[in-house]
Amino acid sequence: MSDVNLSPLWLSFQTAAIATVIVFIVGVLLARFLARNEFYGKSIIEAILLLPLVLPPTVVGFGLLYVFGKNGFLGRFLLDYFDFQVVFSWYAVIIAAVVVSFPLMYQSAAAAFKNYDPNIENAAYTMGASKWKVFWTISFPLAWPGLLAGLVLSFARALGEFGATLMLAGYIPNVTDTIPLAIYFAVESGNMEMATFWVVIIVALGFSAILWLNWWSKRNMMRYAERRKSK
Amino acid sequence: MLTVDIQKTLTHFELNVDFTVSKDEIIVLFGPSGSGKTTILNCIVGLTKATSGFIQLNNRTLFDAKKVNLPIQQRKIGYLFQDYALFPHLSVWKNIAYGMKTESFAKQLMKELRIDHLADQFPNAISGGEKQRVAIARALATEPDLLLLDEPFSALDDATRERSHEELMRLHKLWEIPVILVTHSHAEAEKLGSRILYLDEGTIR
Repeated sequence: MSDVNLSPLWLSFQTAAIATVIVFIVGVLLARFLARNEFYGKSIIEAILLLPLVLPPTVVGFGLLYVFGKNGFLGRFLLDYFDFQVVFSWYAVIIAAVVVSFPLMYQSAAAAFKNYDPNIENAAYTMGASKWKVFWTISFPLAWPGLLAGLVLSFARALGEFGATLMLAGYIPNVTDTIPLAIYFAVESGNMEMATFWVVIIVALGFSAILWLNWWSKRNMMRYAERRKSK
Repeated sequence: MLTVDIQKTLTHFELNVDFTVSKDEIIVLFGPSGSGKTTILNCIVGLTKATSGFIQLNNRTLFDAKKVNLPIQQRKIGYLFQDYALFPHLSVWKNIAYGMKTESFAKQLMKELRIDHLADQFPNAISGGEKQRVAIARALATEPDLLLLDEPFSALDDATRERSHEELMRLHKLWEIPVILVTHSHAEAEKLGSRILYLDEGTIR
């Protein structure tokens, strides 16, 4: 085991981290917007955002190939005009991770923004605060426990992504071989020792994420408890 | 001086009200639940939009269905929400300082309302009556041209409510601005109101 190639570990962490940053920014802004605005067709948009959560990753991968594949409408465009190929690249790993982890971030953020009285924000508006000021000083700090939970969940999900990644990015050593792919191909080639090594690492990571998450949500549930009781 | 003449289509009825409030008045909006009281306050402050009509405050047009809909931030209206809507993650002082015009006036208000010793406390650690006084101080610290109170006494015990009534009348004499008070209680309406507007299914009787 001394000659183990650690590339899957770095690649997984790197792609999961980038994917999580993207998912966090988009998820938080979108969830805040949808939590405070009612319009026709909102439920359909929310359903589409959450769809990757219930679909098999292969279906998500198929959809992504349809979009980003060499003959997909976006893939074709990028290839023709920018000479840029998405499939079988490092970017494909990130795109797959973003799509599968987005629903977890969105769901946590939406719940977090619905978890406090919207009049708290309205009170700030009446005091003359701009939308951005209210977002940064009121909405974000009040939703933060839920947002952080979503962040950890989506990072763990991005780290463990397999199906969609395999379909869009394939298995190219040192380019797209994340830990889950490394496990699969280690087993395929009968290298059980290598597979076990990666399995232990990914189980340890997932386990600590959930352990921390439970502790964190228990701690934060008590945070403004008195306020709720007195209501 | 506040002039309100607005119409709004609601689920069960048409809201149609027309009234004025001068700066030495506390106008009480009185009526059963769902008669449109809070909707009127929300239209005045700018949280909801009336279908037609206009709202004017001291020669400023806040809303005119034809051309004007001033953002909430620019209306200069203090709003006391039913559950006070204090910022739970900020201390009492930071709540009050959030929108204050001047620090000295905010501190004077805290003394006046006997909450200056609570400055470093958080909203979940103070009593209902104290929360209400913090919310009033927070609204007045912005030096508004109008104060809206949405059932501010309903969550208080009898003794605290009595004291809050006195306090409101004293404050109103001190800082003369028009006040609109929404309440369910007839006794409260009689006691505090310069005039009472009886609201029934969206119209003033």
